[in-house]
Amino acid sequence: MQLEAQNLRCRRGPKTLFTDISFSLDAGKLLLVEGQNGAGKTTLLKLLSGLRRPDKGEVLWNGMSIRSANSQFNRQLAWLGHQNPLKEDQTAFENLSMLGAIRSRNERCAYEALQAVKLGNVKHKAVKTFSAGMKRRLALASLLIADTPLWILDEPQAALDKAGIALYEQLATEHLENGGMIIMTSHHDVAIDERFIERLILGQ
Amino acid sequence: MRGFFYLIKRDLTLAFRRRGEATNSLVFFGLVVLLFPIGIGASEKLLSEVAPGLIWIAALLATMLSLDNLFKEDFQDGTLEQWALSEHSLVSFAWARLFSHWVITAVPLIIVAPLFAISLSLPAEAIWVLVLSLLLGTPLLIFIGGIGVALTTGLKKSSMLLPLLVLPFYIPVLIFGASAVEVTAGGWSAAGQLYVLGALFVLGIALAPFAVASALKVSVSQ
Repeated sequence: MQLEAQNLRCRRGPKTLFTDISFSLDAGKLLLVEGQNGAGKTTLLKLLSGLRRPDKGEVLWNGMSIRSANSQFNRQLAWLGHQNPLKEDQTAFENLSMLGAIRSRNERCAYEALQAVKLGNVKHKAVKTFSAGMKRRLALASLLIADTPLWILDEPQAALDKAGIALYEQLATEHLENGGMIIMTSHHDVAIDERFIERLILGQ
Repeated sequence: MRGFFYLIKRDLTLAFRRRGEATNSLVFFGLVVLLFPIGIGASEKLLSEVAPGLIWIAALLATMLSLDNLFKEDFQDGTLEQWALSEHSLVSFAWARLFSHWVITAVPLIIVAPLFAISLSLPAEAIWVLVLSLLLGTPLLIFIGGIGVALTTGLKKSSMLLPLLVLPFYIPVLIFGASAVEVTAGGWSAAGQLYVLGALFVLGIALAPFAVASALKVSVSQ
């Protein structure tokens, strides 16, 4: 299992956000994308997930372009942007079941995932009563029930409190130890074991 | 397919929980139809003459007004991105959204339409043709309108663009729908008009979701 980026370039209007981004990421590794605001972190993540097309270069999954049907890339991918894909009028459990139905599922049950992110006792409350941090935790819970080795996360720690960040780091470490891959952006330090982490700094 | 049925179920639950929003188009439809007799006078002959066109125009406008938020919420909260990056195709997403939107906004309208038709003294034999033409026509309005909505979803301001975009495509539906009812009221057979509507219906529901899916893909990739 390997994700490889070859000479990615992206322009937005007249401005070139980045050129010649190349890296390869193996199973059990976390790629931390760093850079200032406006450096193109989110855009890079969108290129890697296939939401946007790069102006130049290519993203390969196991040696095949992520755009080719053979690579089955979407089946392996769990994406979480900076918004939480949740519906305010649905309960936590209903939201999680919906997200579980979109991605390929593993055997973990949704209740267990809610327990894991400490939302077990509000599982039947409507999401509109949640705080921003709780919504983020619920969105992260959807990763736990997805049978996808690659997580691409745009600022997963945003809006989380200290306990929430620690929880995320613990979940991410478990995923990496099981041979998963994570690509994420962050403005904070990430307290995950350095042996997992590879860094990519944009805007230099 | 699992995602498809989940999505329909989600939409119906959400619509039930936001009943106020879901009934908007029904209220609009009722108001337009009921205000007309007040405006043009309650002569039975006059009303029965304008009834087919009136009910159809009201249904068309009510459907179009309800379209605006078809994909906006899913676009803004990132649900659309999730679908675009899943193994499901966006076509099934589009189909499910359009179908549930039809159930939520158009079905109530079709159910009350006969009542309004009676109150406008439309001849009784034309009423089942009215229901049939609405059954064929309203999905078409929603599926065609969906293309316009999908194209304008990524835009920040799109208030007047949508009607300008989709109205020209609504006109054939309006012509055949209203004239089917009108000829029946005049004592003729509406088979021709209904066949054309049926053909458009099949074309619309088979092809429009593909156009909607590719328009959504463009919106998502910005």
